[in-house]
Amino acid sequence: MPETRFTKDHEWVRLDGDIATVGITDHAQEALGDIVFVELPQPGRDLAQGEACAVVESVKAASDVYAPVAGHVTETNEAVVDDPGLVNKAATGDAWFYRMRVADPGTLDALMDDAAYRALLETL
Amino acid sequence: MAEPVLNIESDPPDQLRTTPLDALHRSLGARMVPFAGYGMPVQYGPGVMAEHLHCRSKAALFDVSHMGQFSLHGPGAAAALERMVPGDIQALKPGRQRYTLLLNEIGGIFDDLMIANYGDRLVIVVNAGRKEADSHRMAEMLHGAADFEQYPERALLALQGPAAAGVMAALCPAAVALPFMGVVEAAVDGIPAWISRSGYTGEDGFEISVPGEQATALAERLLAHPDVLPAGLGARDSLRLEAGLCLYGPDIDELTTPVEANLAWAIGKRRRAEGGFPGDTVIRDQLQHGPARLRVGLQPEGRAPARALTPVLAEDGTAAGDITSGGFSPTLGTPIAMGYVRRDLTATGTALGLLVRGNALPARVAPLPFVPHRYVKA
Repeated sequence: MPETRFTKDHEWVRLDGDIATVGITDHAQEALGDIVFVELPQPGRDLAQGEACAVVESVKAASDVYAPVAGHVTETNEAVVDDPGLVNKAATGDAWFYRMRVADPGTLDALMDDAAYRALLETL
Repeated sequence: MAEPVLNIESDPPDQLRTTPLDALHRSLGARMVPFAGYGMPVQYGPGVMAEHLHCRSKAALFDVSHMGQFSLHGPGAAAALERMVPGDIQALKPGRQRYTLLLNEIGGIFDDLMIANYGDRLVIVVNAGRKEADSHRMAEMLHGAADFEQYPERALLALQGPAAAGVMAALCPAAVALPFMGVVEAAVDGIPAWISRSGYTGEDGFEISVPGEQATALAERLLAHPDVLPAGLGARDSLRLEAGLCLYGPDIDELTTPVEANLAWAIGKRRRAEGGFPGDTVIRDQLQHGPARLRVGLQPEGRAPARALTPVLAEDGTAAGDITSGGFSPTLGTPIAMGYVRRDLTATGTALGLLVRGNALPARVAPLPFVPHRYVKA
């Protein structure tokens, strides 16, 4: 099972070879509340690290989702576009957002591991 | 994830004021946020969607104690108020309430408010964020023509939804006998209250003003009914947007007139003829010739919500106006919005573009309300 890494902006990223799967964390979906709309990047788009590339909207508000690392979008999860509420049910599993070919897999090392992310949540 | 996650996460700082129900909100698991200087519940455990839908199907209890409660006593009270608002207050009968607008000298909306005639006094309910400004303006414009009183210690609860009357039946028969926009002073389960048959959701319901120290007992009594769930500011906002009701600040402010805001119905017939309210020249001119822009409903055709401040474009790409409130309708399962558009583009069905993240999303002018009002029939 590949290790999951986290950003301070509450995205998760899981690497399998040079393909990373990206989503938002359980904390993020919980804080947003009922999610009613998800917009994902087009496959083929090149993303810079930290670039706003997806949008998630709850009844209350819209939030940008940022690329955790640089890469090339290969696939998006249409299930969350069709049923945005899936993000509230399975944020870190079936409700992944998109997959990308990572420019430099080494950049994931700079992201938080599970323990570091839990520690960050403690401070919020 | 961007900042909003962090913003809605943080508990309000200590200097925020609290309502008499603060401890109850926390014990009910509310997520508290700062609003108009108060720590207020934005949602409870079930979340905005569930609270919203429960209000439409059964009944929801809202704490609106942050709103300002005033009264005017004395024989000159109605005439004195008419120097500030365009409503026909002198014709307001005892036991009745009316929606009206505090205006500035250019006909802009200083605040929107409810005025109720309790026989011996007029009771006024104003927006939380405007109550200090309103009280200064009213005291100044009264010139001692009536006694002005404020009730910062009173709480205000709103019980809203199709089951609200059934819930009140056992606690206060006098309330259930009220028509829409009727008011009565009566005890609710033994607690002395000022009750109006009104609200901010489009549903039947009651707004109940009680002494602050008795608010928790009343709220607990209402919440003990199986049909009632607490609901926060999140659901209050999505409910009022579906009902096509204005939020002071985003939808109406000192630079919008009642005519532009599509609130001309709140200007009394006698008042239109006579004038005598702030900004009457501007407002009567707009009533006669039409305003340059008008508040309308906007129905996005896709699934993306368009929020406040989204630019609205005409089909030819020219600027048409702006969205002032927008979000997702839990009842309809679609995005909805309202905003101001150029008068030539206000006909129902007019195709417009909503500029969201650089794309002009298709939308049409839609009739308000989005969800039909279900006020009690006379």
